[in-house]
Amino acid sequence: MTLALLIEQLLNGIQFGVMLFLMAAGLTLVFGVMGLINLAHGSLYMIGAFLCASVALATGSFWLGLAASLAGAAAAGAVVEIVVIRRLYDRDHLDQVLATFALILIFSEGTRWVFGSFPLYLDIPQALQGAVALPGGAQYPLYRLSIIIVGVLIAIGLYLLISRTRLGMRIRAGESDREMIGALGVDIRTLYTVVFALGAALAGFAGALVGAIQSVQVGMGEPVLILAFVVIVIGGIGSIKGALIGAILVGVVDTLGRILLPELFGLFMGPSQATSVGSALASMAIYILMAVILALKPQGLFAAGAQ
Amino acid sequence: MSRETVINWVLGLGLLAVPFIALMQGEPFYITLATRVAILALAGVGLNLALGLGGMVSFGHAAFFGIGGYAAGILATHAFNQEPLLAWPLTVSGSSDMLVIWLVAIAICALVALVIGAITLRTSGVYFIMITLAFAQMIYYFAISWPAYGGEDGLSIYVRNGFPGLNTLDPIQFFLICYAVLMACLFISARLRDSRFGAALQVARQNPDRLAATGIAPFNIRLVAFVISAAMTGLAGALFADLNRFVSPSMLSWHVSGEIMIFVILGGVGRLFGPLAGAALFIVMEFYLGGITEHWQLFLGIILLCVVLFVRGGILGIMAGRRVHA
Repeated sequence: MTLALLIEQLLNGIQFGVMLFLMAAGLTLVFGVMGLINLAHGSLYMIGAFLCASVALATGSFWLGLAASLAGAAAAGAVVEIVVIRRLYDRDHLDQVLATFALILIFSEGTRWVFGSFPLYLDIPQALQGAVALPGGAQYPLYRLSIIIVGVLIAIGLYLLISRTRLGMRIRAGESDREMIGALGVDIRTLYTVVFALGAALAGFAGALVGAIQSVQVGMGEPVLILAFVVIVIGGIGSIKGALIGAILVGVVDTLGRILLPELFGLFMGPSQATSVGSALASMAIYILMAVILALKPQGLFAAGAQ
Repeated sequence: MSRETVINWVLGLGLLAVPFIALMQGEPFYITLATRVAILALAGVGLNLALGLGGMVSFGHAAFFGIGGYAAGILATHAFNQEPLLAWPLTVSGSSDMLVIWLVAIAICALVALVIGAITLRTSGVYFIMITLAFAQMIYYFAISWPAYGGEDGLSIYVRNGFPGLNTLDPIQFFLICYAVLMACLFISARLRDSRFGAALQVARQNPDRLAATGIAPFNIRLVAFVISAAMTGLAGALFADLNRFVSPSMLSWHVSGEIMIFVILGGVGRLFGPLAGAALFIVMEFYLGGITEHWQLFLGIILLCVVLFVRGGILGIMAGRRVHA
């Protein structure tokens, strides 16, 4: 194990964490403001990826695809909010889980109907191909590095949006007392639609960015969705800061665990046995992390109510 | 007899009648379909105990369903290969006897549920939903990456496990076993619901503070209910593995958790026979929609969405009317 490999894997972990943050931010906003648990968030991620891949294929431009995924996912989010989600705010979590589970079935099967079962592929844009030299002599793909930078910029942007703008003020007010801001004349229904569309756009954007690294296929959103749940549970539901820290933590632990645990077991086991035990444990590592954090802090690291 | 009791009788006897009618019509495939309904309803009956009576929205019951399945698969494999499961400190051999397998499945599921419940029941609401989901995913990924028992490819059970005195390879006899287990668990559920424990469990859902004020700790009541619920779902998993003669990580996937939850809600949360009504409707829809279009999941999703949005209380809610104690 060299230092260069370690740095590379650490960056991979951060890049994965940044992706998770884009997903988790929308989930945690929607939960914090509307009290809604949305399983269909992963479908919006998938829609973003499919839109980007198909627009990029048709026009030859990744950037047009990226714009299409942002706009398309936001529009899909707004439509879903108005048609379905709006009726769920007053229901208990059980109904919300079930209705959004039904939405997953509809979106996944609908996408399969339109695009078929074969995965689409999305090329990394010309400008971002190639690699950057890292200290220690390693090369790191420019595209992944750009994802990290974009993710950090979005995190800063979200922070500014929520703490400095009028919309952000309303979102925060909606989190603490929704009747009150309604009484003060804010159009709650539109605010909810905007928040939901914002979360959807972030998820679609994440899907489009990841689409160039992985294949774009039906069901790609589900593993990410579940990891995003782990992230917001660790970070504390409703907290953007918690989502960011939780996402980086989960991304790094998952990525490094897959590299380091087999090596660790290799110190006192045979190589094949160490690989199987190590990789089995590594796939469970983030869930163990979550269980430990919850055993210590049942409300997560940065519970929204405890600030 | 109340209207719900009549409907329960109709559902119970109706399911029993299906395989015999199928046999007379010369359509043995429907026997398997009825067996599926009985087994999946059993998984739902387990979840209903936690979800309906105790208000614990577990999104991770696939874990117990899958563990039950793997208990059947692993014991049967060791018995088939005549390898001991454990050589030291004492010799434990595999088994192809359903009674032994059921006991093992129940015991392991209860143990796992005790650990998972002890951690997850410290939380509530949406945290509980997500954490039970995460624990199930943890076991799912473990099953995928652990190569000893087939990993991602799963594990085949070459000969369906036996039951003393019966021929389990005969579809009708296997159906009757599953049906009897379902009815036994429904009976246990009914007795539990009407017992002092059941009363405490329902108060733990409605008003935990009041329960605590009477000197009963809600946590312990919930934990016991969660363990019993997991054991029943695990038993269903063992039967399901025997039905398909195959067990794979897909039994542990979160779609299964969602489906078990759908059975309960489609039928009517907290209703004794709700899971049976829900599982029957789900399987029938899956079967007929699947026959019409390849994209049946799309229509299943739309129907499900409409049920959640517009039909509150599930099938039994429509047919038997609102309950006094919702």
